[in-house]
Amino acid sequence: MINETLVNLSRLQFALTALYHFLFVPLTLGLSFVLAIMESVYVMTGKVIYKDMTRFWGKLFAINFVMGVATGITLEFQFGTNWAYYSHYVGDIFGVPLAIEGLMAFFLESTFVGLFFFGWDRLSKVQHLAVTWLVALGSNLSALWILIANAWMQNPVGAEFNYETMRMELSDLAAVFFNPVAQVKFVHTVAAGYVTGTVFVLGISSYYLLKKRDIAFARRSFAVAAGFGLASILSVLVLGDESGYTIGEVQKTKLAAIEGMWETEPPPAAFTVFGIPNDTTQSTEFALKIPYVLGLIATRSIDIPILGMKDIIKQNEEKIRKGIAAFSLLQQLRQGEESADTKNQFEAVKDSLGYGLLLKKYTPNVIDANEEQIHQAALDTIPKSWPVFWGFRIMVGAGALMLLLFLAAFYYNAKRNVENKRWLLKFALYSIPLPWIASECGWIVAEYGRQPWAIGEILPTFLGVSSISSYQVSLSLASLVILYTGLLVVELYLMFKYAKQGPSTLGTGRYYHEGNASS
Amino acid sequence: MIFDYETLKLIWLLLVGALLIGFAITGGFDLGVAASLFLVGKTDKERQLALTSIGPTWEGNQVWFITAGGAIFAAFPLMYAAAFSGFYIALLLILVSLILRPPGLDYRSKLSSPIWRTTWDICLFLSGFIPALLFGVAFGNLFLGIGFHYDNALMPHPIEGFFALVNPYTLLLGLVSLSIILVHGALFLQLKTSNSLNKRAVKIAYISGILFVICFSTAWYWTIFKIEGFQIIAIPNINESLTPLSKEVTKGLQFWLNNYNQHPLGYIAPLLSISGVLAALVFSAFNYPGIALFCNSITLSALIITAGFTLFPFILPSSTAPNHSLTIWDASSSKLTLTWMFWATLIFLPIVLSYTTWVFRVMRGKVLEKDLLKSPY
Repeated sequence: MINETLVNLSRLQFALTALYHFLFVPLTLGLSFVLAIMESVYVMTGKVIYKDMTRFWGKLFAINFVMGVATGITLEFQFGTNWAYYSHYVGDIFGVPLAIEGLMAFFLESTFVGLFFFGWDRLSKVQHLAVTWLVALGSNLSALWILIANAWMQNPVGAEFNYETMRMELSDLAAVFFNPVAQVKFVHTVAAGYVTGTVFVLGISSYYLLKKRDIAFARRSFAVAAGFGLASILSVLVLGDESGYTIGEVQKTKLAAIEGMWETEPPPAAFTVFGIPNDTTQSTEFALKIPYVLGLIATRSIDIPILGMKDIIKQNEEKIRKGIAAFSLLQQLRQGEESADTKNQFEAVKDSLGYGLLLKKYTPNVIDANEEQIHQAALDTIPKSWPVFWGFRIMVGAGALMLLLFLAAFYYNAKRNVENKRWLLKFALYSIPLPWIASECGWIVAEYGRQPWAIGEILPTFLGVSSISSYQVSLSLASLVILYTGLLVVELYLMFKYAKQGPSTLGTGRYYHEGNASS
Repeated sequence: MIFDYETLKLIWLLLVGALLIGFAITGGFDLGVAASLFLVGKTDKERQLALTSIGPTWEGNQVWFITAGGAIFAAFPLMYAAAFSGFYIALLLILVSLILRPPGLDYRSKLSSPIWRTTWDICLFLSGFIPALLFGVAFGNLFLGIGFHYDNALMPHPIEGFFALVNPYTLLLGLVSLSIILVHGALFLQLKTSNSLNKRAVKIAYISGILFVICFSTAWYWTIFKIEGFQIIAIPNINESLTPLSKEVTKGLQFWLNNYNQHPLGYIAPLLSISGVLAALVFSAFNYPGIALFCNSITLSALIITAGFTLFPFILPSSTAPNHSLTIWDASSSKLTLTWMFWATLIFLPIVLSYTTWVFRVMRGKVLEKDLLKSPY
């Protein structure tokens, strides 16, 4: 039988380590481009203040960057340590983008990041600028490959099940790379990273402006962040990945859960602004709805229906029945009954095999499942609604606030009147946590909303775990939580310390705490 | 396709080996410097100098490790799944120590408090010492085989326990890897530093080098004559796609000598492992640390080749169910995946090598005390 404790501990560990990793990744993605922009201005205009900006924000970049690197190691190896069956079942496809990420992107980013910090006196201006751009390019390419891997979990294309090796095998690499879910995810995620980087710079610059020190430095930093940030937040919202939720069954289920939409509505469906989704009664209570909006956003049409969760469950019951047939045929094939007839029958239903595997939670033999168990398994095919429902709304709310922030910042920056708008400066300062809240919620929506699947419609999460003891996972979970918490405290301490001191930490003699406040 | 499946499996063993060698040579600088931090740096400033010598390049170096992990995932997913869950606690230890390293290097010199710096120095020492030791212990367990078997759904079931993985034999192999990495780090410090730091590094290289030769020779004798090796008796067509459930394997003394009996040229690898480090010590004594590093890199490469050649075609023998042992023939990805990954590696690895070389060249020369003032840390 399935060891529920082991499954839950393994999921918790993955969720925590992934969410923790993503505290650092978006800032790396965004700040690397902010640095590249600042240094480009330095190289083009020759104004030293832009070099100081690059170096100072680079210092904060470093404090964050090393944490991203350190926590990324866990994620790379966790698939093998804790999700051994997952790794066996889909490694043939899933390992590919991870390996290419290392070869093509992570090497690039990591090799040049050292030169970014240590190369100022050893490289020409243009060479150093190229290095900075390569770091930004590397970190963003890195995100591309990881998101291709992640998108394949959501929408597994270009792969076929092979009964002889008992795993999914690659059939079309191009389909994996050009997975439409990967494309929307990539744009959405890196743009969210740029927003994180720019809110960070905007907020800390506002702090200096509020304290009326290092004005020239802060105003220029503010300007770069305001411009790049406005473009980024618009990309996040306009090219937001809601459109990606119509591709593939898992994504459609996620959409219904996000909306707390139990019944299929005549198109175009209404958008539920607020409500309390209740999984037991299968209804969303106190729902406040705006007509037509969801259908328009999600399907970009007025006549394509969006399925409600009740209908999805009903459909999936049928798929589970097909899955039982597939599982039974698979057993025959594995036992050596490999006639052409059996093979053909299996080919016809093997796409539903994953649904059959869902029954393993209730009966290890699958084929002897009763009606009640089939119904239970069908109910399992939709995620619990409220985390997804609220995760999504918090994310969008944070996004809307940041849009307001950047609109105001851009406007007053263009009017060269930022220093006097104290409300705006405070708004920017206290907005610093927003992009992190939005990113973390976004991942909860994406990954919790993918449940019960590790790989959409192919491998249930509970089957993916390693055959190890709960004791081992408890030990690793506890160690990682203690280590990560300690490191986070240290990281935040250093970040606050350096951010508060500002560019004086560069030791150029030109800044506030160095006794020369004239700038 | 220009290669058949069988050839691709072999190529991928070589490519994973190449990535591991890349990590041993470049990551070896950082692990070695960190592991000898307290031996080589008696004062805070000396330790800071030692750490600054690896400052600009450690990030790129560690990617060899990450990429090797990714490559094993992509090319030998069964190995990735069985080994990583089988070595669970050992990997957790490696992981924790590797996690401490990036923040350690970046944060250590950001505050001047002695407690702060000493704490990070201890973390950094562990982040070099533990992986350097455990990589050898892991290889030791490959020769012994670890306890695991497969069920019919091809789920690997490892036999639990970290302490089963640590015994006198595997610890000896741990000493082999620790000592050679200490040599590597020390030679790197000899190249990058001057004065007392430099002198101490030469001494460390010398002592660790001798230790390596003794440990390696003992390990060789022990592996061949004292423990049982593995041998395939029957396996279906290796040019097909196979699972680890379809072959017969037997165990016996001196089986780890089989490949050498068949291809005596293989003895070059263990011989180079010894002669490389001896040459390195000579060049180090005459103050040619660059050439010494080159010689020691040959040792590191030869060492990994020795391990791979001895085990071939095994990559993860099972002590409890020898028939389920993983070999390159039945633990690999599909032909299509191996083919695509081969092309990707063929394109990107030379690019990586060329810019890595460029970065090391830009950062060449000794680290001086005046550099510390301008250090970004």
